Amino acid sequence: MLKRSENRWKFDEMDLKEWFASRRKSREALQVKQPLTTEEYCALWTQCFQCRELLYTRDLRNNLHVCPKCQYHFRIGADQRLEQLADPDSFEELDPDLVSADPLGFVDTETYPNRQAEASRKSGLREAIVTGSCKINGLKVALGVMDFGHFGGSMGSVVGEKAARLIEFAGRNSLPLILVSSSGGARMQEGILSLMQMAKTSSALKTFHDQRLLYISILTEPTFGGVTASFAMLGDIVLAEPGARIGFAGRRVIEQTIKQKLPADFQTAEYLLKNGQLDMVVERAKLREVLSRLIVFHLKAAVKDTAARSGPKAKAETVAAQERLTPSR
Amino acid sequence: MAISDKKSAPLEFEQPLAVLAQQIEALEKQLADNPNPELDADIAHLREQYKHLKRSLYSNLRPIDHLALARHAQRPYTRDYFDRWDDDWMELHGDRQGSDDQAMTCGLLELDEFAVVAVGTQKGRTLRDKQQCNFGMPQPEGYRKALRLFQHAEKFRLPVVTLIDTPGAYPGMTAEEHNQSQAIAMNLRELAGLTVPVVAVVTGEGGSGGALGIGVANRILMLEHSVYSVISPEGCASILWRSAEKVSEACQSMKMTARELLAQGVVDEVIEEPLGGAQHDHEFAARATREAIVRHLRELSSLSPEKLRSDRQGKFRKVGSFMEDKRTESNG
Repeated sequence: MLKRSENRWKFDEMDLKEWFASRRKSREALQVKQPLTTEEYCALWTQCFQCRELLYTRDLRNNLHVCPKCQYHFRIGADQRLEQLADPDSFEELDPDLVSADPLGFVDTETYPNRQAEASRKSGLREAIVTGSCKINGLKVALGVMDFGHFGGSMGSVVGEKAARLIEFAGRNSLPLILVSSSGGARMQEGILSLMQMAKTSSALKTFHDQRLLYISILTEPTFGGVTASFAMLGDIVLAEPGARIGFAGRRVIEQTIKQKLPADFQTAEYLLKNGQLDMVVERAKLREVLSRLIVFHLKAAVKDTAARSGPKAKAETVAAQERLTPSR
Repeated sequence: MAISDKKSAPLEFEQPLAVLAQQIEALEKQLADNPNPELDADIAHLREQYKHLKRSLYSNLRPIDHLALARHAQRPYTRDYFDRWDDDWMELHGDRQGSDDQAMTCGLLELDEFAVVAVGTQKGRTLRDKQQCNFGMPQPEGYRKALRLFQHAEKFRLPVVTLIDTPGAYPGMTAEEHNQSQAIAMNLRELAGLTVPVVAVVTGEGGSGGALGIGVANRILMLEHSVYSVISPEGCASILWRSAEKVSEACQSMKMTARELLAQGVVDEVIEEPLGGAQHDHEFAARATREAIVRHLRELSSLSPEKLRSDRQGKFRKVGSFMEDKRTESNG
């Protein structure tokens, strides 16, 4: 405001010639500056996929990557997801050094190692899942987060192994388990080994299940194929983000098979909720709260159960569970 | 020796054989009209050639040829095996939740000293059958029917035998609405927890998650010309090569034949087929498969229930190929 009035005052003082000269100068100054490259432009602005609104990227980030206008939930990377879910500085990563081998020497139009390198360059990650322990509102949990930006979130040996190790870690430490899925399915480049990761993770979940520990599965845009048909659908509680597309087979494959058009909202989280496949569709902003409520609810039940059974072991379990219930920030 | 096999139309790679068979047949006709010792010798020579050609042809099959054999319309299907194993087997129906998926055939049968629960995907021979069986592609109801039988086996401590021959789980609208993913996932988890022996045999096509849904077993066997893959070769070709014509390359790259999977340590045994493929001799294929299953069941029957479970879980726990790559810089 002040500046504008200053300008006006300046204008009053200078004559018309001077004014034109200064205009020219400022225009030149503007032209000297390179116009924004597409990349810079994209870094600065993001267009909403759904409502086409042009959003200032920083605002979008502050809003958890949810469009403020239409509530469209953008895909986010593993790092952003961790930042949003875990208490600050509470995340401790497990198995950060596991990387894929090339068991089949797979070559399509490109070799598998080259495709991996390309995926890592794009995502900044080594694999499509990041696992570890963290706290959510002070509650300690085992958390795994998939990243669709890395190799389409596909599950190969490493994703399967890291997920299985996380499940076992949660079991050993009696922690609630949370897996955030986002995947195009099994990784074709590792052939049958990728398929077998479905059995590996599901088998680990069987042991975890028998330990009567809580597993919350969160499905995010998009979750398909081998991941959906294994650990993602095995949650005691299954949550999904609004609008996330979730399924076994892809839309195109189904349309080709049944030779008819599918409804527009087919395979969306809301559609799945209607069909009884999910417990809740949870907005990103409420996810932390819902998770901690669910965890506290089940921990309380576990404490009661252990207290009811007597014996020194049960007592120790009760104490441990109560400690977990008390938020230690 | 029956040279021209009416059971099966020649596959693409079998063309040279078919041509030779035609020639022999024509000569035989001539011979019948006017007996001639020279012609007789020619025919004998050609027959010898035919035998050689057949042997060399079938010992040098490309992966895509195995695929063609695995999908052969005259290949023995699950019901053919069950009927030959136990002509008095009892079929059990239904998932108890409103459906009886014909693509998943389940029953009780006896294999030598073992009374087993048998579950298998069924493709269907005639067009009517095929439609009823949905071409061997189970719906979620099929997997839930199988799960019911797995639980039955656990309750009565019966070994489980599964036969896998499916292009995959059905990719349809209602299949999605009825939660195909969850049906398969539940089977993976519950099969992992069984405390009875489980033996799975891939008899034809092992199509992805739809095959694995009844394939979490202590022992995985494969017939010589069967295939087992993470995605159909057609799907793989269209995604990675963006061309439906690259099916052969996809077959090659995915390493999906029985011998390749045995080499990878995923499969425990390859069951030999009659020369030219199981479609030539259902009896042979059924006998060889039965013999292998019984042998593995005998081995497994010495394990305790807890050991059976941990053996199966351990088998899948160690599948995978990865490296530990330590590095100093922090994770991006």
